Amino acid sequence: MFFQHLANALSVGSLYALIAIGYTMVYGILRLINFAHGDVFMLGAYIAFYLVSAAVMPWWVAFIVAVGLTCLFGIGLEKVAYKPLRDSPRISIMISAIGASFLIESLATVLFDARPKAFAVPDLFSTVVNIHGVSIVSVSFFIPAVTFALLAVLLFIVHKTKVGMAMRAVSTDQDAARLMAIDPNKIVSFTFGIGSLLAGVGGIMWSLKYPQLLPLMGIMPGLKCFIAAVIGGIGSIGGAVLGGFLLGLIEIMVVAFLPDLTGYRDAFAFVLLIVVLLVKPTGLLGKNQGEKV
Amino acid sequence: MKRISLVIGATLCALALVACGNKAAQPTTIKIGVFEPLTGANGAGGADEAEGVKLANALYPKVTVGGKEYQIELVVADNKSDKVEAANAATMLAQKAKVNAVIGSWGSSLSMSGGPIFAESKIPAVGASCTNPNVTKGNEFYFRVCFLDPFQGEVMATYAFSKVGAKKAAIIREVSNDYSVGLAKFFSDSFVKLTGDPKAIVAQSDYNTGDQDFNAQLTNIMKSKPDVIFAPGNFTESALIIKQARQLGIKTQFLGGDTWDENAFLQVGGKEVEGAVISTFFANDVPINKTSEIFLKEFRAKYNKEPAAVAALGFDAYLVILDAIKKADSTDPVKIRDMIAKTTNFEGAAGSITINADRNAVKDAVIKVVKDGKFQYLTTVKP
Repeated sequence: MFFQHLANALSVGSLYALIAIGYTMVYGILRLINFAHGDVFMLGAYIAFYLVSAAVMPWWVAFIVAVGLTCLFGIGLEKVAYKPLRDSPRISIMISAIGASFLIESLATVLFDARPKAFAVPDLFSTVVNIHGVSIVSVSFFIPAVTFALLAVLLFIVHKTKVGMAMRAVSTDQDAARLMAIDPNKIVSFTFGIGSLLAGVGGIMWSLKYPQLLPLMGIMPGLKCFIAAVIGGIGSIGGAVLGGFLLGLIEIMVVAFLPDLTGYRDAFAFVLLIVVLLVKPTGLLGKNQGEKV
Repeated sequence: MKRISLVIGATLCALALVACGNKAAQPTTIKIGVFEPLTGANGAGGADEAEGVKLANALYPKVTVGGKEYQIELVVADNKSDKVEAANAATMLAQKAKVNAVIGSWGSSLSMSGGPIFAESKIPAVGASCTNPNVTKGNEFYFRVCFLDPFQGEVMATYAFSKVGAKKAAIIREVSNDYSVGLAKFFSDSFVKLTGDPKAIVAQSDYNTGDQDFNAQLTNIMKSKPDVIFAPGNFTESALIIKQARQLGIKTQFLGGDTWDENAFLQVGGKEVEGAVISTFFANDVPINKTSEIFLKEFRAKYNKEPAAVAALGFDAYLVILDAIKKADSTDPVKIRDMIAKTTNFEGAAGSITINADRNAVKDAVIKVVKDGKFQYLTTVKP
């Protein structure tokens, strides 16, 4: 029984971690909470749904194409909604993010129709595996595996490549990076691309686990992953992953061990956020960013 | 700078002219508000119900009052499956559009949100599929053409006890939804009475609207080994609940209420919802009377698909209002309300409608089972 809950917590946690990384990376570079991130996640799921329904390519190709399109959408979103406000006060760009979020949700409601759509889950992901009396859907194994694989690739890029070094430079001090012949625009686009790519993957995997698409499906996960990123330390990739897993674990364990409080499950995420902000405002793995003179 | 202000000025003038143009309202229209969730979690249910209303409007668009012919116009207000938005939508219908009557809403909580506003503006509202007793209780202006949840809970409890032979039941309810909590209680009371065992409900779990992961709740329920699981939530979550239950290896019979009678439930649930049994209002394969046959024929011709049960109810609600307008021979909402209250033995697509003193209709319940990816009629239960 406990093992069942743990397996579930692991897959939910990986999903949260994947989306939280996108939030944290964008914050690290632009000091912007991209509120539209949850909606990019939603678009990834819908694009995959339509590509698979069109049945013009095998599902795994459709997924890759969907992720690619989501990535391009994220880059486009940045160019349209955030780049023009790069030199404006931070509040303006945040409001733009909120506006973008509403716009994407409303467009999705109009274009895709508010009725829930059933995601066609390939058999590979829907087989039920039985281990020592614990039933687990195969997709619950794929999700952590994909998450960790992508995380490894991401950390390699950030720490071992020139682009990664440029990203870290721009996140530390944008003007100094410009003096080092780094074009911040390209780096910002690249960061958004990666974040949106991860959101796209997250959206597809979410739909494989919960095969019901709604235009507003990105709101709650987006909010919870934002909390996960803040809890882990906003700006830190490791923190986002930690926050994601922690949140997933707490959510599942609350329902498992306090069954009378299942109605308050979402509330626990927010309570945890408040507690962490009171005790350690920079998050669990966040660095104390002192004032630079 | 000058050019921009010129453009803005011109745009404002154009807008003002357009606004003026629209003010001339047609004096020979009667407006009926369609108060439904067209977006949000309940979007599918509301849209299906609205389709029934629109069909009725297309078939019977005119009515003669006091010797003059009136066009009946539908004013659609989307309450977005949200209680706060429902109040806004109701206010828009009552005060801005000034409708003569209202049909709706799918979702008892949403109807209850709009109820006080309709009562205050003295506009009659006819609920098509909202089954919670509190919708009409204490509200002189709210009626309904469907059965109530105390009856529905009893129907499902009797099915569980007699047909499934269950002695122990578990309940999963959508705790933020008045309908779900109410129906769960009625089922629970009925089941306890039938089995004579006060501990017959061995497990009860809650979830919130919009939740997608129910593995924890289901794992907890698994522990108590119920004979049957009653999950009276909306179709959006219920399909996922049953899917996840089957994936966890739970083979128990699932029972549900009228909110499951939606295409979306079958699509999302897929092969995992085979065998689920529900109580509902109408079965497409078993028309009840002549009006049912007209409804089925016209709906299939207009929309090229099978109607949902709530579409038949939406259709009936429109016909009841139309009949009341004719009998009142007036467009005054209060007079229409009085005539709706006197509806007796009205032949609706979903059965005969008689509005009783509590402003409710006494209707039969239809039990359907999911077989081969479709809802199949099982039996009818009379109150």
